[in-house]
Amino acid sequence: MTPSTSSLAAVTLKKDLRLEWRSKDAINAMLFFALLVVVIFSFSFDPTAEESREIAGGLIWVAFLFAAVVALNQTWARELRNDVLDAYRVSPAPPNSLFLAKVLGNFIFVSVLELVMAPLFIVFYNLRALGPSYQLLLVGALGTWALVVNGTFFAAMSLRTRSREVMLPLLLFPISIPAILAMVQATRNILTGEASAQFWIVLLGAYDVVFTIACLLLFETILQAE
Amino acid sequence: MAAIPWPVTDQSPNPDIVGSAITVSGLVKQFGRFAALRGVTAEFAAGRFYAILGGNGAGKTTLLRILAGLIQPTRGSVSCFGKSPREMCEELGYMAHPSLLYDEMSGMENLRYFARLYGISDADRCQDAIRAVNLDPALPRPVGQYSQGMRQRMSLARAILHGPRVLLLDEPFSNVDVASATEMTGLLGKMRDAGRTIFVVTHQASLLEAVADEFVWMEAGQIARRSAPTLAGSIAAGSTKGRGAE
Repeated sequence: MTPSTSSLAAVTLKKDLRLEWRSKDAINAMLFFALLVVVIFSFSFDPTAEESREIAGGLIWVAFLFAAVVALNQTWARELRNDVLDAYRVSPAPPNSLFLAKVLGNFIFVSVLELVMAPLFIVFYNLRALGPSYQLLLVGALGTWALVVNGTFFAAMSLRTRSREVMLPLLLFPISIPAILAMVQATRNILTGEASAQFWIVLLGAYDVVFTIACLLLFETILQAE
Repeated sequence: MAAIPWPVTDQSPNPDIVGSAITVSGLVKQFGRFAALRGVTAEFAAGRFYAILGGNGAGKTTLLRILAGLIQPTRGSVSCFGKSPREMCEELGYMAHPSLLYDEMSGMENLRYFARLYGISDADRCQDAIRAVNLDPALPRPVGQYSQGMRQRMSLARAILHGPRVLLLDEPFSNVDVASATEMTGLLGKMRDAGRTIFVVTHQASLLEAVADEFVWMEAGQIARRSAPTLAGSIAAGSTKGRGAE
């Protein structure tokens, strides 16, 4: 009997984490990229603490978005080597278990990146939240999910294109604009404490729900495309 | 899903099936302006061993990928035991020219993962499949460090792991030494004797003369002829120049 979508997603996630642990392709590239962005922006702008609170939201999320693209490209590149994806396609395993595993894997990788980079942002930009700082965790989780769910989907979509590394940002960035806007505004509001971030958090949550459902509905078509 | 028979040399789940395993009708496959298949119509009986032969670009791999459900024909239809290849995926075993294995994992780790995709959680089954192709299941080396021949055999182990009724193999003997290739053909012969239907795309027809039931010669996207499994008088058809990518 073919196992359930969730149990197969767990098996595939475990396999992806094992592969990443052995190769460290995605996590190393992401960390170095994000670190460079932090250092370069810090030296370029040299902001005061107050200015930092205004701009940090944008800087942080742009750095994470660019770094996440590295992981997103890597996630499917692994399946293309030796045409391993074909072995999945000829199996009776449901396509959505593969998609969910990839999304969860990328969510873990990007979350690790955020956990490592957050203290560096705080140090380099002298950050201290004046609003309810616990909300940053919620914004972080919802924002990261928004990036990886669309990113994983569009990375799969650009798999068979000739220049997929270029294609992914071209597809992902425009569709992520509402999410980026919500992430940046929510982060800014929390850091400055000038306004409530609630509206932006709700918007981010709604964005996540809509795009997760849409991606799950469309992924089988993408996977079986020639 | 019916109980999966194991070992693969045991009787097929439906040994009473003596009709067609696969029927293809008017199969056309276009890649842009290039026609890889140009109206292939054929019937393949269950429990037989077919060697698909032909020059580069004859359409062998394209035909195999359509039978596996990996690509859709532009026109025409495929029926596998009366169903589409996608509906029959649990009963199909597919081995491609690339290994379809993760280089960073050992053979056993690879097989355990792929076994789960078919609902098999029994580690003994994976070990049996690896032993069936004459490899050591305890080998800790990642597949990326295997020789090409070992990789081919592990790839075959992955294809037969779930005990498929139809086996689709693309160039299984490339870069495999003669002794190993002979062992592999022996295993395939036993699987055929157990009622499984086997398709092998190969340029090494001589390896299959003793074991295949029929040679299917392809040329320019069509089945040029079907013959008894002997190369005598068939070389000319087999060496016909192809027209491009397969």
